[in-house]
Amino acid sequence: MEHKDETANRPVLKAVDIGKEVTSPEGPLTILDKVSLEISLGESVAIVGQSGAGKSTLLALLAGLDEASEGEVWLDGEALSTLDEDGRAARRAGRVGFVFQSFHLIPSLTAVENVMLPLELAGEADAESRADEVLKQVGLSARRRHYPRQLSGGEKQRVAIARAFVTRPRILFADEPTGNLDSRTGATIIDLLFSLNSALGTTLVLVTHDHGLALRCDRVIEIEDGRLVAENVSR
Amino acid sequence: MKGFAAGLKALSREWRAGELYVLMLSVVVGISALSSVALFTSRVAVTVQQQAAEVLAADLVVSSSRPLSAELPRIAEEFALQQARVTSFPSVAFAGEVSTLISVKAVDESYPLRGRLKVADKLFAQGYPVSRVPAVGEAWGEARLLARLGIETGQRIRLGALELTVTQVADYIPDQGFQFVDLAPTLIINLQDLAASELIRPGSRVSHGLLLAGDPNAIKGAGDRFREMESEFLTVRDLENARPEIRNAASRAKRFLGLAALVSAILSAVAVAMAARRYAARQLDTIALMKCMGASQAMVLRQGVAQLLCLALVTGLAGSLVGYGAQELLAWWARDMVQGVLPPPTLAAWLVGPAAALILLTGFALPPLLELRLVAPLRVLRRDLAPPRASRWVVYGLALSAYMLAVFWLVGEPRTLLLVTGINLAAGLVLGLAGWALVLAVGRLRRGMGAAWRYGLANIARRGSESVIQLVGFGLGLMVMLLLTVTRDDLMSQWRATLPEDAPNQFMINIQPAETDLFLATMKSGDIPAPQLSPLVRGRITAINGVKVGDMDFDDRSGQRWVERERNLTWSAALQDGNILVQGSWWDAGPGSAGQVSVEEDFAGDLGLKLGDQVEFDLSGEPVKASVTSLRQVRWDSFRPNFFMVLSPGTVDESLASYITSVHVGPDQRGVILELARNLPGVTVFDVDAILGQVRGVMDKASLAVQYVFLFTLLAGIMVLLAAVQATRDERRYESAMLRTLGASRRTVLLGVLTEFGVLGLLSGLLAAAGASVASYLLATRVFDLEGHWDGSLWLLGMTAGALLVGVSGLLATRSVVTQPPVITLRGDAG
Ligand SMILES: Nc1ncnc2c1ncn2[C@@H]1O[C@H](COP(=O)(O)OP(=O)(O)O)[C@@H](O)[C@H]1O
Ligand SMILES: [Mg+2]
Repeated sequence: MEHKDETANRPVLKAVDIGKEVTSPEGPLTILDKVSLEISLGESVAIVGQSGAGKSTLLALLAGLDEASEGEVWLDGEALSTLDEDGRAARRAGRVGFVFQSFHLIPSLTAVENVMLPLELAGEADAESRADEVLKQVGLSARRRHYPRQLSGGEKQRVAIARAFVTRPRILFADEPTGNLDSRTGATIIDLLFSLNSALGTTLVLVTHDHGLALRCDRVIEIEDGRLVAENVSR
Repeated sequence: MKGFAAGLKALSREWRAGELYVLMLSVVVGISALSSVALFTSRVAVTVQQQAAEVLAADLVVSSSRPLSAELPRIAEEFALQQARVTSFPSVAFAGEVSTLISVKAVDESYPLRGRLKVADKLFAQGYPVSRVPAVGEAWGEARLLARLGIETGQRIRLGALELTVTQVADYIPDQGFQFVDLAPTLIINLQDLAASELIRPGSRVSHGLLLAGDPNAIKGAGDRFREMESEFLTVRDLENARPEIRNAASRAKRFLGLAALVSAILSAVAVAMAARRYAARQLDTIALMKCMGASQAMVLRQGVAQLLCLALVTGLAGSLVGYGAQELLAWWARDMVQGVLPPPTLAAWLVGPAAALILLTGFALPPLLELRLVAPLRVLRRDLAPPRASRWVVYGLALSAYMLAVFWLVGEPRTLLLVTGINLAAGLVLGLAGWALVLAVGRLRRGMGAAWRYGLANIARRGSESVIQLVGFGLGLMVMLLLTVTRDDLMSQWRATLPEDAPNQFMINIQPAETDLFLATMKSGDIPAPQLSPLVRGRITAINGVKVGDMDFDDRSGQRWVERERNLTWSAALQDGNILVQGSWWDAGPGSAGQVSVEEDFAGDLGLKLGDQVEFDLSGEPVKASVTSLRQVRWDSFRPNFFMVLSPGTVDESLASYITSVHVGPDQRGVILELARNLPGVTVFDVDAILGQVRGVMDKASLAVQYVFLFTLLAGIMVLLAAVQATRDERRYESAMLRTLGASRRTVLLGVLTEFGVLGLLSGLLAAAGASVASYLLATRVFDLEGHWDGSLWLLGMTAGALLVGVSGLLATRSVVTQPPVITLRGDAG
């Protein structure tokens, strides 16, 4: 893709020596240790590792959901450590999308309202028509007025994907998006993610413990016990 | 403003999704309970007040021994009060050669402003109420007056220069009252006849009265103005210094209603706090998600405030409307028993609903909503992340104070308020501690039990603080409900018992020492149990501790008045019925006890009298000295002869005294009064049946109002239980689905739920009973001046009701969750 080449040398996401330490009953515990990485615009990167390896922790730090104990993260050129929580939120607004393992749809909102939410938060006009458009792309137009409890797991995750893409984010973080789904449904969800990713040129950071899935990404980063152990370009 | 609009939008979505019902219903029920109680109470209080006002025939009376200055009616006009004039003075009436001392009451057409005159067409005929006064040239006399003059209605009498026709027997004069020395029977004439009687001359003992009635605030304002003008010639009387029997009854009635209002106020606060807590907890995930998508703290804050304001507005209005409707219904329902039309509620009562809704929600729902802005966005990845918890104590403390202030403004009754708030806080604390103890105990004690038991008890331990909060909610709800069901009946019947069916309704005075045997024999012949005769001497205090009262300064004007007038004194070997010794000791019966006096507490306060003080009296010219050896409380509403000062036997020369007593004369025993008039014409009988009736009327109204108002309090109590049951419903939903997925039968899960709620209910019922016992004891003794006692059945009722009510409602609330296939729950949960 053309624009990818243009910006290949300008990382949209960059982490240098980031670490996370938490206090546990047995004293301080390092759950992430000196991880450095760079992700370019439009690239798709998989973060793999055993359960408990520290994948979600890394993702939270990269997205600015949590503060690193050490090191620095640059999200779209801005150092996150210089920002407070509100500043980081403002940085994310309209620029970052999320898809979670347990979907995180708001139970009191219908499918289309869930998709509209990020647009409304950004104060954008014609939220509803844009949400409808994206719902159509994920094939759920007929379900637009349904509440999450009336949807299957796969349908919920498709709504979540629509919600993540509706603002046309530069980066999409997905934390084990197929973890709660059967393998066939999971596969269609992943197909959807990749097709939207390439159609919109979104950067994709995908956390998974499924190596097969990881291999569909441009690059795979492996984490073990909070440390980056391997990094390879898959294709 | 973006957050504001978003807040309202979110709110409407929450509403549509059914997430707001419990919170809103709690507020609406609370507010409607509070405002209907407030409205109804204010209306009933006004009728009770008006009933009590009958004894003055007005709300306020200004009387003067000199002709009333023009300024007085002008002030009354300024306050838009109704006015009536009454001039009274002692005189002599003649019928032919027969004459008798009478008390003349010259009234204008507006008299009486409160209550109604009752007249009879003939002596001993049935009386009926009238709305007029004697016409010019006519007079209405009391039966005693006609009897003494030996005339019937239709005959003429002479009064000074006047010739009047006695057209009616005055059967009931609302402001008649009675004073033991006011022996002369009353003759009512028209004020326009007064000048022609030529009876009022300089130096005559005349009382010029201005009766006033109207809006309570205006009465208060005018009363203050008149009181500034009080002097030795001019006195002001309102209900505060009207007959103690009625005053006591009216203020007790107000306290009962105040209690009901207060209790619903506290219950609604508890319900709202619990419902809001749950509502906020439900928002945690949503807020975290919104923050992921870029929402700022300020935006979350604006959203919370928008939701709150909107909720307050809607619930406040809805609550007030429902409250008003319910109160109208109550008033309509009670219309027969509350004779006459209830006056409209006061403006203050109207504002209560919306004001209370705002305070309630700001105080008890805003704190958890405000904390939402602190939710970490990381929560989307780590659901177990503890929600932020700013210290709420300060906020709740402030909220409670503000709320109680509002309730105080509404209900008054600082004593009841303090007591009830204190009891609730203490009970909340004890319940909280007991809750933690329970959580710790069942955490250990659950080995070796069936699966359902283990599951139920494990839940209590695992939920920790949630269980504690539930226990506090259940406990407070139950306590208040117990307090109201059991205590209300108990207090009410005790109150009624202070005026039994056979309460004395006739006072008989001026029985001479030589006549006592004949008097008692006459009573016996009329089948009336021998009454206790109290000696009565008239006397003035001349000096206290050697200082002449004329030289003393009293802080209190009433103290001054006390010493200026002659008082009724008695002596007694034993403490009289209805008297309670509060300081010092009662004298031993026997010859050595002479020279002591026991003084009524408040009276002693007015005069600055203490134990050991030496008091000198002038008893009809006879000097007497006594030292104060005890202070007493007197139950003024006992309808027995009561005395401010009781001397020890032997202090006074017994020949100075006459005797006084009170007896109950049933409707078919009335003959004894005629018999008495024949045997002992010197004895005067005062019929206080009318005053008794007035007191009973106040009681009836109060107890009726309390019955109805109680329904709302009950509803508020149920809301608290509901909110407490709801508090853990979401978790429960998920758990039971998990358990069933793991192979637990529905029965096991339900039994577990029943165990959990049953244990919580049993414990909270037990503690609630303890709380209710203490509360009812304190209320009886400290607020209602009744006797406190411990009621064992309360405990049994508390525990049974607790276990059943909480267990069953918990079960019902959870049943749908448990009975639906687990897959639906599990699917719904991972929203
Ligand atoms: N706040 C915390 N306190 C203690 N331990 C934590 C905390 N956050 C994460 N951990 C631990 O750090 C490790 C990495 O967690 P996580 O990043 O969620 O792993 P993954 O997503 O790879 O499964 C886990 O062992 C987890 O228990
Ligand atoms: Mg993870």
